[in-house]
Amino acid sequence: MNNSKNFFEIFSLPVAWELDAEQLEVRFRALQKTFHPDRYASKSDFEKRLAVQMAATINQAYETIKTPLSRAQYLLELEDLDASQETHITSDGQFLMDQMLLREALSEIRGSENAKEALVSLSIEAQQTAAKIQSEFASQYQQKAYNKAFESLAKMQFAIKFIDDINELEAELEDL
Amino acid sequence: MALLQISEPGQSPQPHQRKNAVGIDLGTTNSLVATVRSGSEVILPDEQGRNLLPSVVHYESEGVSCVGYEAAEHNSSDPLNTLSSIKRLLGRGVADIKTLGDTLPYEFTSDEGGMPKIKTVHGAVSPIQVSSEILRKLSGRAELALGGMLDGAVITVPAYFDDAQRQATKDAATLAGIKVLRLLNEPTAAAIAYGLDAEVLDDESQQHLVAVYDLGGGTFDISILRLSKGVFEVLATGGDSALGGDDFDYAIANWLRTELDLGETLDVYEQRILLEAAKSAKEELSQNEQVELDILDSSLVLTRDTMYQLIDDLIDQTLLACKRSMRDANIAANSINEVVLVGGSTRMPRVAEKVSDLFGLEPKCTIDPDLVVAMGAAKQADVLVGNNSTDDMLLLDVIPLSLGIETMGGLTEKIIHRNTTIPVAKAQEFTTFKDGQTAMSIHVVQGDRELVSDCRSLARFELRGIPPMVAGSAKIQVSYQVDADGLLNVSARELTSGVESRIEVKPSYGLSDSEITQMLQDSVSYARDDMQARALREQQVEADRMLEDLQAAMDKDGSALLANSELQCLQVALQELQQFRDTSEDHRQLAAQIEIVGKTSEEFAARRMDASIKQALAGLSLDDALK
Repeated sequence: MNNSKNFFEIFSLPVAWELDAEQLEVRFRALQKTFHPDRYASKSDFEKRLAVQMAATINQAYETIKTPLSRAQYLLELEDLDASQETHITSDGQFLMDQMLLREALSEIRGSENAKEALVSLSIEAQQTAAKIQSEFASQYQQKAYNKAFESLAKMQFAIKFIDDINELEAELEDL
Repeated sequence: MALLQISEPGQSPQPHQRKNAVGIDLGTTNSLVATVRSGSEVILPDEQGRNLLPSVVHYESEGVSCVGYEAAEHNSSDPLNTLSSIKRLLGRGVADIKTLGDTLPYEFTSDEGGMPKIKTVHGAVSPIQVSSEILRKLSGRAELALGGMLDGAVITVPAYFDDAQRQATKDAATLAGIKVLRLLNEPTAAAIAYGLDAEVLDDESQQHLVAVYDLGGGTFDISILRLSKGVFEVLATGGDSALGGDDFDYAIANWLRTELDLGETLDVYEQRILLEAAKSAKEELSQNEQVELDILDSSLVLTRDTMYQLIDDLIDQTLLACKRSMRDANIAANSINEVVLVGGSTRMPRVAEKVSDLFGLEPKCTIDPDLVVAMGAAKQADVLVGNNSTDDMLLLDVIPLSLGIETMGGLTEKIIHRNTTIPVAKAQEFTTFKDGQTAMSIHVVQGDRELVSDCRSLARFELRGIPPMVAGSAKIQVSYQVDADGLLNVSARELTSGVESRIEVKPSYGLSDSEITQMLQDSVSYARDDMQARALREQQVEADRMLEDLQAAMDKDGSALLANSELQCLQVALQELQQFRDTSEDHRQLAAQIEIVGKTSEEFAARRMDASIKQALAGLSLDDALK
C-alpha cells in the first residue's frame, strides 16, 4: 500500500476544510467497489491481505475526512503539527465559563419536569456554538494562523463532547 | 445455430466452469442451505423435500446418531443426549452459561480452558463440535444436490454476535471441512435477498433506508441499511444475542409451571414437556384467540391476552434496541422507507404489530422469513466464488460492539467504536506505569460499557522485552485490525525497540488452532497423512492462485508500471515458485516460497493499487462530465 498519499489525495480531493460531501461519498463508494475484500475472495491470500489493508485505509480516510472534528485535527497534522487531543487546551476564559454554564444547565435538566423541551433548546444552542467554532477554524486554517486554529480545535472538542452528552441524556430519557 | 464447445481432453474449460458455492443459515432452531441456480436462489431440500434442518443433534455412546428431524424425535425420550438451541452456547464462557440460567436443560462440564461442554453418553462435547455436525449435514446435502465438492460457503451469523461467537462459528465450519468464503450478518443477508427485486434502486441518486428486524429462535438483530444501486451500506446495527423466540417459550413454560402448581424443581423430562407445550401453544395462538392445553394430566386454557402479558416485555426490549440503532444511525423512525421482517419469530402477529407501530409502516415479509437469510447468503457466495462477475454488488457492514483495551483501574479504552465500517485498522499508543517496567499485559475486550468487568473479555496476551525506562516514556502501540468477517487481530509493538507481539484473537474459552487440528486429526475422515496431503494441497492451490494473479497483473500492467530489471526479477521469482509448486512435497517449503514471491511483488502491488485508485476515480469524473 502506498503510504505517501494523504487521506484527501486518496479521494483526489483538495486538502481543505471545505468539503464536497457528496463527491466524497461517491468517490468512497467507487473505491470500495474496487478494493473491498469481497472483490478478492477468490484471489491469493497475498492479494486478499492487500485488499483488507487498502479497504481499511479507505474506510479510515473516509471517516476522518467526513467528520468535522477529525477533519480539523487531520488538517493540522498534515501541517506537521501535533494535534493529538491531550496537548492542546484553550485559554479563552469566556469560552470556558460559557461551557461550565452549559454543563450546569445540562445537569439541571436531568430530573426536571419539561426535560425534553429543555434538551431540545440546549441542543440547538450547542449546535450553533459548534458551527461558529468551525467557521472560526476555517478562516484561521486558511490564513495559516495555526496557533489560533489549535485553540479552535480544542474548543471544537469541548463542543462536540457536549453535544454527545446531550444526545446521551436524550437517549436515556427516551428509554425511561 | 451456435455449436456447443467441447474442450480438448485433459484441458478443463476453466473460465466457464461454475463453482459450487452455497449460503448456510446456521440457526438456533433450524438451519438451511441454499445455492444460486440459473440466476436465482434456491433452497436445497433434503431427500424428503424438506427445506429446514432442525438444529438438533442426538448422541449415543458411539457418537452422533442423527441430526435434524430424526434427532428431534428423541427430544422427550432422551433429553440429555438430544442437543438443541446450541447456537445460544456458541462462543460463550462458563460464566455466560450461568447467566442464561436454568433454561438450558443440559449438564455442563467446564474444562480447563473455561469453554463449557455438554455431558452426553458419548462424553463431553463442545458447542463448536455440535454446530459442526449440523454444518457437516448441510454441506453433505449440498454436495449431493450439486454433484461435487463445495468450493466455499458463506455462513450467516447474527449481526450482534461478538468476536468470540463469530470465531466459534468459523471454527465449527473448519471442523466440518467447509471453506468459509465469508461470515455474513443475517440482516444484511436478508437485505441482499430483498434487494434483488428492489424496484426502487434503478436510479443511482435514489437512496432507500431499510430497517431489517430479525427475531430468530435465540437471537435478535436490528440493522439499519442505506441502499443505493448495488450498494448495501449498514449504518448501524444492534440487538441481543441472547433473546429470541425461545425466550417466549420459556416465559410461557414458566407460566404453565406456576398455573399447574408444579413446584420449583422439575426434572428434565418435565421441563421438555412444558417447553414443547409452550412452543405449540405459542404457534397456535398466532391463528386462534385461545388454546386449550393438556399437560401432565391437567388441562388449562391460555388466551392471547395472557400470552401478550407474558411476552410483551421481551418484545419491548427489541423495540428499545431498534430505537438505539436508529439513534446510532442518526435517523428518525419516520424516515425509514421500508421495514423487513426476518426470522421465524416474526410470524407472531404481536411482533409484527408492535414493529409496525414503532416505524409507522406496514412491515414487508414477501419472502418466507425462515428462508430469506440463506437465500441472501447464497447470492453473496455466488458472487464471492466468482460465478457472477457481472454483479457489482457491494456490502459495507459494520462491527456491532466496540472493541477496546483494559487500562488502569479496570476501565475500558475504546479503540474501535461500534458501527464502524469494516474492514478497519486502528492503532493507539499506551505507556508504562512503573519505572523499569519490562512487560505489559494486554487485555482485549469487546463491549460498550465503561468497566472492563461489564464487557466481554476476548483475549489476554503479554508484550515482553520492553527496555527498562522511566514510567511513562515507553511507547507501546497497540493495533487492532478487523477483517471483512468482523474478526479481530491484535498486535502490540514497543516503538523505540521494535519488540513485537502479535496474536490472532482467540477467546480464552474458544478452540486454539492446535486443538482444531487435533480434532480434525481425531475425526475419522482425516488421518495424519491426510493432514499433510491436505496442507500441501492447500499451499499448491495458493501457489496457483498467486501465479495466476501475478502473471495476469504483469501481462496487463507490467510494462507500464515496472522497469525492465524489476520485471525480470519478478519473472524469475515466479519461475522458481512454479518449480517448487510442481516438485515440492513439503507444504512448509512451498509456503516459504510463496512468502518470498509476496515480498518481491510488494512494490508492484503498491503501484497497481495506486493505478487502480486513479482508474476507479477516473471513470467517475467521466460520468460526472456526462451528467
